[in-house]
Amino acid sequence: MSAIRTFVDLLAGRREAAALAPREWDGVISVARAEAMLATLAHRLEGADLPPTVAALFADQRAAAAVAQAQSLWEAEMARRALASERIEFVLLKGTAYAAAGLSCAEGRQIGDLDILVLVSDIGRAENELLEAGWEWVKSDPYDDAYYREHMHELPPLIHKARDRMIDVHHTILPRTHRVTPDPLIMMAESVETPTGFRVLSPPAMACHCAAHLLADGDLQGGLRNLWDFHRLVTDFLTDDTDFYLSLIEEASTHGLADVVKRALRLSHRLYDTPLKTYSWPLKLDYHREPSDDLFIRRLLARDDWGHATNFTLQQAFYIRSHWLRMPPLMLSRHLWTKWRKR
Amino acid sequence: MRHSTRIAVGPVQFRIGSDWRAPVAALDRLYASYPRDDARPADATVRLFAARPWRRWLRPSVEIGGDFTVPDALPLPLSMGLLAAEMGMNLQVALGWRRHLLLHASAVARDGRAVIMSGESGSGKSTLAALLGEDGWRLMGDEFTLIDPAGGDALAFPRAVSLKNAAIAEVAARVDAARLGPLLAGTPKGDIRHLIPRPDAIAAMHEPARPALLLFPRFGGEAAIEPMGEGEAFVRLTEASTNYVALGEAGFAALTRLVRATPAFGISYPDSATGLALVEQLFAEAVR
Amino acid sequence: MADRVYRAAPPETLRIEALGELTVLFDRRSMQTHLMTQPMPEILAVMAGEPCNAAMVAERLATRFDLGGDGDPTPLIAERLAELAAMGLVAEA
Repeated sequence: MSAIRTFVDLLAGRREAAALAPREWDGVISVARAEAMLATLAHRLEGADLPPTVAALFADQRAAAAVAQAQSLWEAEMARRALASERIEFVLLKGTAYAAAGLSCAEGRQIGDLDILVLVSDIGRAENELLEAGWEWVKSDPYDDAYYREHMHELPPLIHKARDRMIDVHHTILPRTHRVTPDPLIMMAESVETPTGFRVLSPPAMACHCAAHLLADGDLQGGLRNLWDFHRLVTDFLTDDTDFYLSLIEEASTHGLADVVKRALRLSHRLYDTPLKTYSWPLKLDYHREPSDDLFIRRLLARDDWGHATNFTLQQAFYIRSHWLRMPPLMLSRHLWTKWRKR
Repeated sequence: MRHSTRIAVGPVQFRIGSDWRAPVAALDRLYASYPRDDARPADATVRLFAARPWRRWLRPSVEIGGDFTVPDALPLPLSMGLLAAEMGMNLQVALGWRRHLLLHASAVARDGRAVIMSGESGSGKSTLAALLGEDGWRLMGDEFTLIDPAGGDALAFPRAVSLKNAAIAEVAARVDAARLGPLLAGTPKGDIRHLIPRPDAIAAMHEPARPALLLFPRFGGEAAIEPMGEGEAFVRLTEASTNYVALGEAGFAALTRLVRATPAFGISYPDSATGLALVEQLFAEAVR
Repeated sequence: MADRVYRAAPPETLRIEALGELTVLFDRRSMQTHLMTQPMPEILAVMAGEPCNAAMVAERLATRFDLGGDGDPTPLIAERLAELAAMGLVAEA
């Protein structure tokens, strides 16, 4: 079995760690690192029967992940302090939100930038407060800058001078030029408060955003990790609400994300054994496999036993697809043409 | 990957994969005397690869990758494949190791006590360590020294020593030719030749040593010794560590303890003999 | 600026070690290491527990240290407090 399949099976619990031959760990560890999920695996297998050096490596990873998580939550705190004087409301998104809410997918999760959602009407003031508090623009050229502001769903990236950490300030969760346009106002209005006083999306909105980020927003880079987040989110929310899928699909439909969420559920079920519940009432929910699901699975698993991403043509197909989803066709050609010219 | 080998150095088990046989063969020769446990899982993976399939044969150039990769790094010609492998190993440890505090420093030990020499390339830390290693000291490492956050001991990481330019002749004069790797001429870092550590240093690579002396050597200029305060040593060592920040409070505690417990000096020296004498002198005072 | 009121980090969140002339400080919340010298550690020390503005800090410092010099130290303290805020060690209350 390939290392990446073994890795997925270990996460899903379909394979026991004790059953692995010592040399199988080479591939599993490399793949996990490549997917930025080594600490996640380390948490998943805490207490399992592991070769001593693997157990030691995993202990290192868990400790390092705890440090990294504290750093990420600190970024959220510093953003809160910067925005507090102007009473600008913001909602945490993605990894930092999972950590602030104490969700299981946050365990061992690598968090990169801080992502926050603000009202589009607050974006100017948010920008000012952050600049005043020591963030500055990541150097870019005027075309990229304009592209970001006009067409993407965020300010151009900001980086803190002293702490060297990035913040992405969004006012929608998918780019404005995207073919699917979720409603940020509803998401912000329905945000919930964490024990530490931060605001995060409601469970259905959070799961929708995760699915959107995985499938509609990106080129599937980091796909296994995002799908794992989705799997854990959904499983966690199901324990509090056995009919969570109803709220999830209802929320998804409001934002035009129903197909995206259903595909995420199908893929998550296939890879991570996420339980699926069908409904005929009050709405119809089933999970008929689509042929293109196989393409997504292939792309998610396109990594060799040395951790190297394979299947170049498949990657290209997804890159072009992600751009097509983001931009109207006329804009797309101009964007690519301008990019090419600059080189 | 078509070709591969495994090397264990100190606490780290590497696996190195390569699109070409030559770098792997060179590594196998250099590390032939190192103990090998082929059943042990790898902690770190290095990949030496061709960026495009035709680059395996057409002006072959080696890209350095693995668990960690530096984007935009320039590849090396295949003739320097061994250097690429060593750089790859350094990279994985520098960016990925989390068990110990990593210092960019060489170290030697005697009677269970370690001298740690921290400095940039060109400071002479590798050459001093290599020469001390031939002069009654145990070589712990020329590039990285590991500090155990729990107990404060220094741990060995005795890779093949990377000798550069003038140091090659100096060391070659004192050792058996069989202990030297091939001459890699005209690399981006100048001429390089690797020195295989002595058998006793390899055999002792899992033995810790308690830090006795912290030195910040500077090659060139008159012989001089300058005592360094705890504060300055702390700051210099944070700059010399690749994983201090990632370790959180454990790193802070380890470094604080190290600078409080270990006298620190800046030393400058015009030639190796003087440098060695300064080390001996300061060590004798430190362990008195 | 001198009117701003700040609260220092709770003492259990900061690990403070003296290394000769330098004080090194580890903030357990942010995982950051800060290097500082007088009067920064002293300012943090006198603020312990309550929200203070620059004038209050100056007053408390004066009871423990000879602030020397002429003129009102309050504006300087206000600057230092702003720096500590940028480091995250104090926050506007």
